[in-house]
Amino acid sequence: MEETLTFITLTLAATLRVATPLVLCAMGGLFSEKSGIIDVGLEGKMLMAAFFAAATASLTGSAWAGVVAAIVAAEALALLHGFACITHRGNQVVSGIALNILAAGLTVVLGTAWFARGGQTPPLGDGERLKPIFFPVAGDNVLVYVALLSVPFTWWLIARTRFGLRLRAVGEMPLAVDAAGVSVAWLRYRAVLLCGLFSGLAGAYLSIAQNAGFSRDMTAGQGFIALAAIIFGKWRPFPAFGACLVFGLLDAVAIRLQGVKVPGVGEVPVQLIQALPYLLTLFLLAGFIGNAVAPKAAGVPYEKEH
Amino acid sequence: MQSLTAAAAAIELRGIDKSFGAVHAVRGVSLAIPRGSITGIVGENGAGKSTLMSILYGLYRADAGQILIDDRPVDMASPRDAIAHGIGMVHQHFMLVDTFTVLENLMLGAEGGPLLAGGFAAARAELARLGREYGLSVDPDARVADLSVGEQQRVEILKVLFRGARMLILDEPSAVLTPQETDRLFEILKSLRARGVTVVLITHKLREIMAVADRVIVMRQGAVVAERLTVETSTGELAELMVGRKIRLDLDKAPAERGQTMLAARGLSLVDRRGVRLLDGIDLELRAGEIVGIAGVSGNGQTELLQVLSGIRPPTAGQVEVCGRVIDPARPIDPAEMRALGLAHVPEDRLRQGLVAAFEASETSILGYQDQPPYCRNHLLDAPAVGRHCADLMQRFDVRPQTPGLRSSHFSGGNQQKLILAREMSRIPKVLLVGQPTRGVDIGAIEFIHRELVKSRDAGCAILVVSVELEEILSLADRILVMSGGRIIGEVAADQADERALGRMMADA
Ligand SMILES: Nc1ncnc2c1ncn2[C@@H]1O[C@H](COP(=O)(O)OP(=O)(O)OP(=O)(O)O)[C@@H](O)[C@H]1O
Ligand SMILES: [Mg+2]
Repeated sequence: MEETLTFITLTLAATLRVATPLVLCAMGGLFSEKSGIIDVGLEGKMLMAAFFAAATASLTGSAWAGVVAAIVAAEALALLHGFACITHRGNQVVSGIALNILAAGLTVVLGTAWFARGGQTPPLGDGERLKPIFFPVAGDNVLVYVALLSVPFTWWLIARTRFGLRLRAVGEMPLAVDAAGVSVAWLRYRAVLLCGLFSGLAGAYLSIAQNAGFSRDMTAGQGFIALAAIIFGKWRPFPAFGACLVFGLLDAVAIRLQGVKVPGVGEVPVQLIQALPYLLTLFLLAGFIGNAVAPKAAGVPYEKEH
Repeated sequence: MQSLTAAAAAIELRGIDKSFGAVHAVRGVSLAIPRGSITGIVGENGAGKSTLMSILYGLYRADAGQILIDDRPVDMASPRDAIAHGIGMVHQHFMLVDTFTVLENLMLGAEGGPLLAGGFAAARAELARLGREYGLSVDPDARVADLSVGEQQRVEILKVLFRGARMLILDEPSAVLTPQETDRLFEILKSLRARGVTVVLITHKLREIMAVADRVIVMRQGAVVAERLTVETSTGELAELMVGRKIRLDLDKAPAERGQTMLAARGLSLVDRRGVRLLDGIDLELRAGEIVGIAGVSGNGQTELLQVLSGIRPPTAGQVEVCGRVIDPARPIDPAEMRALGLAHVPEDRLRQGLVAAFEASETSILGYQDQPPYCRNHLLDAPAVGRHCADLMQRFDVRPQTPGLRSSHFSGGNQQKLILAREMSRIPKVLLVGQPTRGVDIGAIEFIHRELVKSRDAGCAILVVSVELEEILSLADRILVMSGGRIIGEVAADQADERALGRMMADA
C-alpha cells in the first residue's frame, strides 16, 4: 500500500518536472499562434536559451544571470522570426525551421569554442542552479511554479484584456484589426516577444534547473511536443496545459517502467516506451482533433496594399 | 452647381490621384460632401469608387491631392486617422471577426481600457442605446458567423456608430441584401441623416440612389464626370452619364425555341450533416434554347441547388440527368466530369469558387479547363496560348484593365465577374448554370451580360439563372420558378409574371 502511494507521488512529481518546460513553451507558442504567427521554432528558441543559461551561469556563477541570458537569447531568435515573418512577410514555417537549424548548430559551435567539451557546458555547481524550494525530492524550483502560474495568466491575458481581444482578432482576421485602426504588425511583434519570454524560461529550466548543464540537442523534440499540446488544447491555455501533463505523465511512466517486467509480456523495450509520447501525438493528431479551430489567419502574412 | 455646394462641407477632396502600377484608378478627383446629407456615388465597374473611398478612409495613400474634414486639411495615413476624424466605413467585404460575438466585434479597437470587464458593460449599454435610437437591433451575444448577411451588415454599421462616427461610408451595401433587408437599411440611413450623420453610399442600383440619396456623384474611368441633385435627375440620365452612352435594359428577345431536355432533376433532396433539409424534392427540367430563372429570397436553397446541379455536392436523394448521364447518390459526379459533359457553371460566390484571388487573370481565364488543349500540351501549360486566350476574352467581354498578367484580386468586382462569365460562356456549353450573374456589376455591364446570355440561348444553350434581383429574372427568363425553404413552390411563364406577384409568392411561402 505504502509502496503504491510512494510510486504515485513520485510519478506525479516526475510528471510535473517533465511537463514544466512543455507548459512554458506551450504558453509561449499559444501567444504566437493566436496572433497568427505559426511557430515551429519553439524548439530552437528553447535550445538556444538552454545553452546561454548554462554558459552564463557557469561563467558568472549566478543562476539568475543564467535565466536573464536565456530570455535574451530566446528573444533574439523571436525577433528574428518576427522580422522575417511580420516585417518581411516570409514563410513562417520556413523561418521556424531555419531557427531550429541555426540553434542546433550555433549552440554546438559556441559550446565547443568556449568550453572545449564537445558541445557541453561544464557541470554546474549547486550555487549555479535553481534549487527546489519546498520539497527537495520533487524538484520544485521556482520555474515549476512560474509554469503553473503561466497558465491562468495566459488565459486571463487572452480572455480578459484588451490586448487579448486584439490578439485573438488579429489571428482570425487581421484586416478587421487594421480597419479598426490598430497596428497588425505591432500586435504580432508583442505576441512573438511573449513567446520568446516563455520559451526562454523553458530553456533555462532544462539546463540550470532540471539538469546541471547544457548538452547538445538537449531539448530532444520537446518544442514540437509543446506545439502538439497547443493543437490538442485547440489553442486554449487550460486544455493545452492538460495535454502537457499527459505528455509529462507518459514520459514519467516511461522512465518508471524501464526494466519492469509486465506480466505476460515480459520486459517492455525502453525504445518503445520512449516512443510513446510521439506515437500518441501522431495518433491524436490523425484522429481526434476536429478541424477549423486553428486561428484562421495563422500562417498567412498580412499584406497591406499601398 | 452653386446649390450643390452651398451647405457646409463635411468632407472635401481636392485633386486626389492614385495609380496602381500602370492602372490610373483615380484621376484628379475633387468633390465636396455636405454635412448631414446622403450622397450617392455611382459609376461603372473599375471607375475607382472603392479606391477613392479607401483613400478617404486611410486604407490607401493617394499619390497626390488633399483631404479636408470640416474645412481643415488632414493627413489620412491609416484608418486610425480616419476614425479619429469621425469617419467610419462599411466595406464591400465585411471586416468582422467571425468567431467573435457581436459585442466583441463592436469593442475591437475601442475597448475603453486595458481590461475588458468595464468596457463590456459600457458597450452593452451603448449598443442598447444605439439599437433604440436608430432601430438597429442585434443580439449582442450572438456569434457573428451565425448571423445573416443583413445582420452582419447591421453590426458593421453599429461598429461605426459605436466609435462615434459622424460620417459613414458604405461600399455597395445592398449587393448582398434581400430586398426587405435593403429597405431596412435605407430606413436606418434616413434616421442617421435625421441625426446629422453624413452618409456616402456607393451602389450600382440607380433606383436605390433615387430612393434614398439627396445628391449623386457620377464617376467614369477614375474621374468625376457629373454631380446632380436626385430630384433633378433620373435613372436614365444617370445611366447615360455613367457609361457615356444610352443604356437599354429592356431586352427585346424573341420567344424561346425550346429544344430537347438537356438537364432534368427528379425528387432532388439534400440533407446536411446536422440533418437540416436544404433541398426538398426538387423537380426541374431545362431545355435547349431556353432560360429558366429561379427567384427567391436568398438562403432558400438556391446556392445548394446550384452546387448539386454542377456536381460540387452529391444529392442525398433523387437524381439529376445531364446530357444523358444520370447522377444520384449512388453515382456521384465531380465538376470536371460535368464540364466534360458540356455543363458550365458561373458560381454565386465568385471570390471563393469562381477564381483564385492570387492567380493572374490569364490563369483565372482557364481555371477548370487547364488540362485541355490548346492551353495544355504534354502536361505543360502553354503560357503564350493562355495569355492570348485571356486577352481575347478580355477584348470580347470588355474586361478592364485588359492586362492578362494582373492578379485576379486586383480587378474590381464587376470585372472579375465578366472574366468568369467570359471563361464559361466561351466554351459554348450545352448547359449553363449562372448564380447571381450581375451581383456588383455596373449597369452597362448588366446590359452586356444579359445580351450575351440571350445570344447563347438563341444558339441553343440551356440556361439556368439564379438571382435575387427580381427585375433581372423578369427580363431574362422565359420561365420562372420560385424557390422557398428548399422547394420549388411555383412556376410562372415570364410574360405573365410581374414583380409584385412574384414578390408575394416569395413572401407568402
Ligand atoms: N490593389 C490594386 N492593385 C492594382 N489595381 C487595382 C487595385 N485595386 C484596384 N485596382 C484597379 O483600380 C481600378 C479601380 O478599381 P475600384 O475597385 O476602385 O473600382 P470600383 O469603381 O469600386 O468598381 P466596382 O464597382 O466593380 O467595385 C480598377 O481598374 C482596378 O482594377
Ligand atoms: Mg468597388
